[in-house]
Amino acid sequence: MAAAAGDASPGAQAIRPNDGEPNHGLRIFLMWVVLALAADLLIWFVWGPHLPPGTMATASAGQQFDIKVMAVMAAPVMVLVLVYFGYALTVWRQRDGDEEDGPALHGNTRIQATWITVTSVMVLSLFAFGTYELVTAQGAGAGEGPSPIWKPTGHTTLQVQVIGQQWRFTYRYPQFGGFETTQLMLPKGAWVEFHVTSLDVIHSFWAYQLGVKADANPGVDNVAFTKPTQLGLVTVRCAELCGLWHGAMFDYGHVVSPAAFASWASATRIRLASVTKILPPYATSYDPTVIPNINKAMAKAGISGANGYYYPGPPFTPTAP
Amino acid sequence: MSLPVRVATLAAAFVAVVAGASFLVIHYLLGGPPVEAFTASSGQVNITMQEDPQNTVTSKPDWVSYFIQSPTTHQWVHTTLFQVPAGTRVNMTILGYDGCTPLRNPYWSKVTGTYGNVALVNGKPVSVLNSWSGCNVGHTFSIPGIGLNVPMASPPLTANLCGTSPCTAGPHTVVKFSFTTPKVAGEYFWQCRVPCGGGFVTGFGGPMQTIGYMTGNMEVVS
Repeated sequence: MAAAAGDASPGAQAIRPNDGEPNHGLRIFLMWVVLALAADLLIWFVWGPHLPPGTMATASAGQQFDIKVMAVMAAPVMVLVLVYFGYALTVWRQRDGDEEDGPALHGNTRIQATWITVTSVMVLSLFAFGTYELVTAQGAGAGEGPSPIWKPTGHTTLQVQVIGQQWRFTYRYPQFGGFETTQLMLPKGAWVEFHVTSLDVIHSFWAYQLGVKADANPGVDNVAFTKPTQLGLVTVRCAELCGLWHGAMFDYGHVVSPAAFASWASATRIRLASVTKILPPYATSYDPTVIPNINKAMAKAGISGANGYYYPGPPFTPTAP
Repeated sequence: MSLPVRVATLAAAFVAVVAGASFLVIHYLLGGPPVEAFTASSGQVNITMQEDPQNTVTSKPDWVSYFIQSPTTHQWVHTTLFQVPAGTRVNMTILGYDGCTPLRNPYWSKVTGTYGNVALVNGKPVSVLNSWSGCNVGHTFSIPGIGLNVPMASPPLTANLCGTSPCTAGPHTVVKFSFTTPKVAGEYFWQCRVPCGGGFVTGFGGPMQTIGYMTGNMEVVS
C-alpha cells in the first residue's frame, strides 16, 4: 500500500509528505479548489438561470436564487468527497501482488475538527439564510396563513381569491365587483395578493412560474404574494391529492400587460354580471357547511333534496327493479 | 412434511396468489361500465341521458346516478362513458328525474360552453339557473376540459320522484343543449358539481367519485 509506510496515522499520512511520498493533501486540495470553483461557476452562470421555477415573478426568482445559493454551497462539499474518493481509488488502491494489509485506522483530530467546524458553519449559515429568505419577499409565494409575515408596503396589490373545489380552481376579483371566473389573468409589474381557500377538501394552489404554492383549506384564508415581472403563460396545478380527478385539476393563467388586464377585467365583469349577482358576498373564506345547513332546513321543512341524502332527510328505501 | 406435499403446497399457494391477482386486475382494472359509442349523422351526434334520484340496478341503490340511452338498442344503460367523433356537434338531451340540491358554489349556475351559452329547460332558453333562489337544480353536467357547464333543472319541489331506475315515468325536466367536441382526440372527464354524494365528506364522495354514477368520460375519437 503506497500510503502505508511510516508510523504516523493513516489519516495524517494521507495529507503529509512522508519518506518520499508525494504531498497527497496538497494534491487533493489543489484538485478540489479547481473543480469546486469550476462547479460553482457552472452552477451560478450556466445551470442556475435554468433552475426551477424560473424568473417570471419575484417569488419564483427568489426561489431560484435560493436554490442557486444552496447548490453553490453544497457543490464544494460534494466535490471534496468525490475528489478524495477518486484519489483514494486511483493512488491508494491495492496493486497486483500486494497482499499486505493496510495500516490500522486512527482518528485525526485536526481533520475531524476542521470537517465538523466547516460543515457546521455551512449548515448554520444556510439555516440563517433560509430563515431570512422565508420572512422576506422571497418566501412570500408560500401561503403563510391569514396574517403573512411579510407584506409589500407602499404598493397597491391586486387581490385575487383562489377557490379550490373538486376539481377546478376558480378565481374571484374583489376589486372588480367580485366577479368569479375560471380564468387566471394577472397584470405584469403589479403585486398580486392571493387569498387561497377551498370549498370542500384540501387542495393546493401551485402556480409554478409565479413561485406560488399555497394550501387551499376549507374555511381558511391562506395569503401569498408575488409580482409577475414577465409576460407569459402560467401553469396552475393542484398539488394536493384531492379525489378521483385530482390529476385533471389544472389550468393555465396568463400574465398580460396592465392595459390588457384592465380591458379583460372590465369585459369579464360585464360578461359575468348575471352570475356575479347571485354569488355570496365576497369573503376571505366561505363556510362549506352553509349549503348543508340550507339543505338541513329544507329537509326539516319536508322539502325533498337530491336523493343522495348527503344531508339529513327522510330515510331512503330502495325499490327492487 | 414430505417433499411432494411441500411441492404441492407451494404450487397451490402460487396458484392462489396468481388467481387472486388476476381477479383484482380483471375485476377492478379491466371491469367497469360499458362505453356507449355514438356516430355522427349529418355531422351531428344525438345523445340522451337521464339523472335519477337513485339507481336500483347496482349494489349501491341509494347512490344518485346518470344513465345513457344506447344509440343502438335505445335501452337505458347504467354507464357514464360515451364515445363521440372529434369536431362534431353534439345535441344533448338530459332528463332530470332527481330532486333539488343547492350548488356549493353558485358560480356553476351559469351555462357555459354550449351553443349560445344557453340550455333549453323544458323548451325555454336559460343562461343562469340559480340553485340558491329555490328548489330548481338537481345536478350539473360539466366537462371542465372544454369549459362546458350546464346546471340540470329539477322537478317541482313537491314532486313525487321516480323510485325505480332507470326512470321511465314520473315528474322530470328536459334539458337540451348543444356543444362541439374538441378537434383533438382524447378523454375528457365530466362531472356533476352538486354535492350529492350521500353520506360522504363534503357530499363529494361515493357516486361523485365513482365512474358510472355522477362522473365519467367523454372519449373523443378522430
